[in-house]
Amino acid sequence: MNLTDQLRFNWRVFGGQRVRTLLLLLAVAIGVASVVLLTSLGEGARRYIDREFSSLGNRLLIVFPGRNETVGGHPPLFGAAPRDLTLEDALALGRVPSISGVAPILPGTAQVALGSRSREVIVLGTSREFFPVRQMSAAAGSVLPSAAVEHSLAVCVLGHKLKQELFGNRRAVGEWLRIGDRRMRVIGVLADSGESMGMDMGDIAIIPVTTARQLFNTQALFRVILELREGADEDLARARIRQVIRDRHDGEDDITIVSQDSLLAAFNSILTTLTLVIGAIAAISLLVAGILIMNLSLISVSQRRGEIGLLKAIGASGRDVRTLFLGESLLLVALGSMVGVAFAYGVVFALRALWPEFPLFPPHWAGAAAAITALASGLVFSWLPARRAAALDPVLAMRGSV
Amino acid sequence: MALIELRGLNKTYTMGGQPLRALRDLALDIHGGDYISVMGPSGSGKSTLLNMLGLLDRPDSGSYRLDGRATEALDEEGRAALRRDNIGFIFQVFHLVTRLTDVENVELPMMLAGTPLAVRRRTAREVLATVGLAERSGHRPSQLSGGQLQRVAIARAIVMKPKILLADEPTGNLDQASGLDIVEVVENLNREGITLVVVTHDAALGRRARRRIRMVDGAVVADDSSPPAEGAPP
Repeated sequence: MNLTDQLRFNWRVFGGQRVRTLLLLLAVAIGVASVVLLTSLGEGARRYIDREFSSLGNRLLIVFPGRNETVGGHPPLFGAAPRDLTLEDALALGRVPSISGVAPILPGTAQVALGSRSREVIVLGTSREFFPVRQMSAAAGSVLPSAAVEHSLAVCVLGHKLKQELFGNRRAVGEWLRIGDRRMRVIGVLADSGESMGMDMGDIAIIPVTTARQLFNTQALFRVILELREGADEDLARARIRQVIRDRHDGEDDITIVSQDSLLAAFNSILTTLTLVIGAIAAISLLVAGILIMNLSLISVSQRRGEIGLLKAIGASGRDVRTLFLGESLLLVALGSMVGVAFAYGVVFALRALWPEFPLFPPHWAGAAAAITALASGLVFSWLPARRAAALDPVLAMRGSV
Repeated sequence: MALIELRGLNKTYTMGGQPLRALRDLALDIHGGDYISVMGPSGSGKSTLLNMLGLLDRPDSGSYRLDGRATEALDEEGRAALRRDNIGFIFQVFHLVTRLTDVENVELPMMLAGTPLAVRRRTAREVLATVGLAERSGHRPSQLSGGQLQRVAIARAIVMKPKILLADEPTGNLDQASGLDIVEVVENLNREGITLVVVTHDAALGRRARRRIRMVDGAVVADDSSPPAEGAPP
């Protein structure tokens, strides 16, 4: 029997058992659609993180105080270190030849006041290099001067939202305001660059790192962002950074260096694994669909005993009968998969149109993987019914259906 | 040489824990073009014999040569192919596939044999015409009468041009007039050369055959090839 005939024969069976066919189609379609939709969520999260990181710029090394002794653990984002990472350490790192820029970061919160208006915001002590590294620029005035690392200048750069809150539409550059207990002059306002890494860069004040040291009365830097020179070798730079810190910290390189690439790679691998796990959980529904296929196929085989016996009597071998029944399930699963994938893509496109901020995206393998899982499940679970049909004794089968 | 040679055929079924000897040392020769009726009480082994002849069942022991070929050695595939090409079945309850049209039902054996659709369709229509159903083609079984259903079944049985036509109570589900029609259709086929074996309870139908076999307890007790007795219905 050839394939076209087999498909035509199977198709006629579907026509004759509409309810059963629709139920099975639905079960398979739901399973396949849920795999595609859920993995789209995971993939969307991965792309979201990817996009956020790319706003950080390239070729960055981030140095944290403290060391993470175990391999593969999380960097001590808020960890306490026995020895502080100081501004002097940061400046020494800036003298490493492969480093082209140093942005020490010393954050805190402080009251920013102008006349009767005041606002509690994040105040970031840093250097001039911070701005290009974070791809930020001044919409008005200028960013911090180069002298910001050596002199505690009484100047600040405001986020656009903070400026708007304090000054409204009035000109802010050149005005004086109060941050904590110090008077400072506004020298620039940041362009609106939206959120970065979940931090609203519009509602902050940026001041020279030396000034921040005095304002928050601490020597300890939160972290140091280093920009690698074009063409510099990252491993070499890491070694040099550790050497510099060892020289300055009594022979201990008690820092953690994270490159943007490795952080991104870590996030990527976590989220890809997560996507696979979600997909696998969703695939359980395909297993359920498979069991449904098995049950309904078993019922179908016993209802069609007479037909099976007849097919054998007119020249079908056991193998022919098995192929017919397996083919029936596979055709059904293939159709269900198509419906499921089409439905899932439709939902994804609809959601993306409604909610463009989150890049919901079906992974390129999701549709195929779901369909293959569904087919495998269909094959496994219809094997038993098909074998039962193939083994049917034609004589008894035809007598049974009288 | 006989078309069919059965030698020492034995078959035992287990029914309700009791062994039941359906065939005992059965020997039978059937020649090409024969018209044979097999009669006997229920449980005498008539249907078992028919299934053996149709290669639907395997004997426990004994030999079955079909057209000179030993069938015992064949595997399932080989038996299915032999059955498809040499043997046509008609049954008491027709066994048509209800979701297919009459033409499609007739095509089924050719479909299993891999015949192209166009050839199948043409042949099926021709065969339906020879059983007197030319004008009904394209109908579902539910739209046909019992006699017409059995004609479709006969068309299906002969579409592969088999040498042997096996009929199991072919008129059992039909009224007398349609039954007679059907008998005439198969007898015509026999006149054209097909070997016809009819298993029946119906004495009138059985008497029509040129060779009348009577079975009791799995063995042939009478094998009468004399012309039908005087006064028997034609």
